Amino acid sequence: MRAGRPTGRRALVVLGRHAILLAGTAFVVVPFLWMFTTSLQTRAETYTSTSILPTSWHWENYLHAWQAAPFSQYYVNSLVMAAGIVAGHLVLDALAAYAFARLDFPFKGPLFIVLLAALMVPTFVTIIPAYAIVADLGWIDSYAGLIVPRLADVFGIILLRQYFATIPAELEDAARIDGCSRIGTFFRIVVPLSTPAFATLAIFSFLFAWNDFLWPLLVTNTDEARTIQIGLSAFVGRYGTSWNYLMAGTLTATIPSIVVFLFFQRALVRGIASTGLKD
Amino acid sequence: MSTTHAGARPGSDTVPDGARGTAPRRPVRRYQREQVLTAALFLTPALLVLGVFVLYPIVSAAHISLTSWNGFDPVKPFVGLDNYARLAHDRQAWNSLLVTVLYGAGVCLLSVVSGLAVALLLDRPLRGRGFYRGVYFLPAVTSSVAAAIVWRYMLDPAGLVNAVLGRLGLGGPDWLQDRWLALGALTLLTVWKNLGFNAVLYLTALQALPHGVFEAAQLDGASYRQRLRRITVPLLAPMTFFVVVQALITSFQAFDLVYVLTEGGPRGGTEVLGMLMYREAFRLGDFGYGTAIAFVTLCLVLGVTLVQWRVTGAGRVDR
Repeated sequence: MRAGRPTGRRALVVLGRHAILLAGTAFVVVPFLWMFTTSLQTRAETYTSTSILPTSWHWENYLHAWQAAPFSQYYVNSLVMAAGIVAGHLVLDALAAYAFARLDFPFKGPLFIVLLAALMVPTFVTIIPAYAIVADLGWIDSYAGLIVPRLADVFGIILLRQYFATIPAELEDAARIDGCSRIGTFFRIVVPLSTPAFATLAIFSFLFAWNDFLWPLLVTNTDEARTIQIGLSAFVGRYGTSWNYLMAGTLTATIPSIVVFLFFQRALVRGIASTGLKD
Repeated sequence: MSTTHAGARPGSDTVPDGARGTAPRRPVRRYQREQVLTAALFLTPALLVLGVFVLYPIVSAAHISLTSWNGFDPVKPFVGLDNYARLAHDRQAWNSLLVTVLYGAGVCLLSVVSGLAVALLLDRPLRGRGFYRGVYFLPAVTSSVAAAIVWRYMLDPAGLVNAVLGRLGLGGPDWLQDRWLALGALTLLTVWKNLGFNAVLYLTALQALPHGVFEAAQLDGASYRQRLRRITVPLLAPMTFFVVVQALITSFQAFDLVYVLTEGGPRGGTEVLGMLMYREAFRLGDFGYGTAIAFVTLCLVLGVTLVQWRVTGAGRVDR
């Protein structure tokens, strides 16, 4: 590419790029390292030690943190909520996306524009009335309150609609000539061909649900109903000075997101690339 | 869009209206019963959820913002535009606006610069590219609560930042107790969290750029810096627009990070609009006022986005 330049200069450029990227890596990674190191220290050490790498290994901190607050209950709540929201998105978004991608019906264009416009409206505008509805339904402190209002989302509908549109219509036509119903072609042809898109949506939805804060904060008041993020923020208030326990709790709350990310990194990045570019 | 499909009868458009004896045949949209029924079946579940918990609340919020509803009473006393008038004279609201604008400007600027820089560094082949991309993305998948907790501890007087400064012989300030330092920390935390996201956006945009232009410029003797300024950055304008809008929406909607890092303090120094709304509505029980704040925020975001659209000309990309 840079055939005209002396190789020495090229090597220098590559070295420079690495140097800057490594400095950035430090900026990004140090908070995670610090979290890990602190989670293994005694409480006294958290106030005196300045080492970034662990110097003591008090793994029992994790046990103590989990005993100090009902973290296992929070964890279960978060898992149930995330599972419900992911399942809801995969089913409800997919059905709606198929209608927008393939079917002809009255008010299709205007309806889609209304949904797009709703995507632009900040959560803040809708959150108070939505909260009032959930309160009226008696869903405060329940899985229903955490899950049902978020069973469908516009982002997923757009993502899947774009993907469905790339599947050749001839495949469906052929199946329909062979006597397969519209619903049959959806489940037997479109869904199996769309696994990459479903995987991307599932990851996005999981990360959204697992990390979500404001809505669960509003609709949960008891430890029995709280999700992990709400439990963590309450933990800050209660054990604000026990940094080692706090970091142990924070780390355990972060692990699921990081694991999901490491396993599905490609699908995630691909999803951002495609939806980002479409806008 | 709907008319083109049904009107695709060859030749029918070419006959002038007056040349025909009968009334001009406007293409009439005919729907297949089976398709409409299937669509209804497929759309109902999602539209029910979105209708009840997103679309209806938008309308309902417009109404609530005109009342002095406390969130519990069945009656919502109508007060007209009082909430909006009160907002115009509320010193805390003006403080929140200032804080949010400064925060938003900082986040936008730093997001563009850092995202573009990382993307440019990762655009050409480099050993460890996948590793860097993965690492830079880690904060984006971490929850705001976890991120803010760690930053809060690092900036604590007993935390890492001041320990390092202490070793260098410098006395560090109490970061989160000074309103400007706290706002700076919040800005940096937000940029840190979204760095990987912005870098991936710029990276995809860079990889979609036409290679020919760069080769031609290089043949003409343009240096790297010239190519960057004259070609890369202008061609990336649409993505920059997207990144800025994204950053704006993030900062005008910010809540989680602030709630955990500073709780809006010290003395309102980081009380962004989202935090103010939460406090008025859910702490003080003034749902009407809280909703009015939310609506004004919405208008600000839309307004700034439109101005940006006009100024950068991002709408003219497809030309």
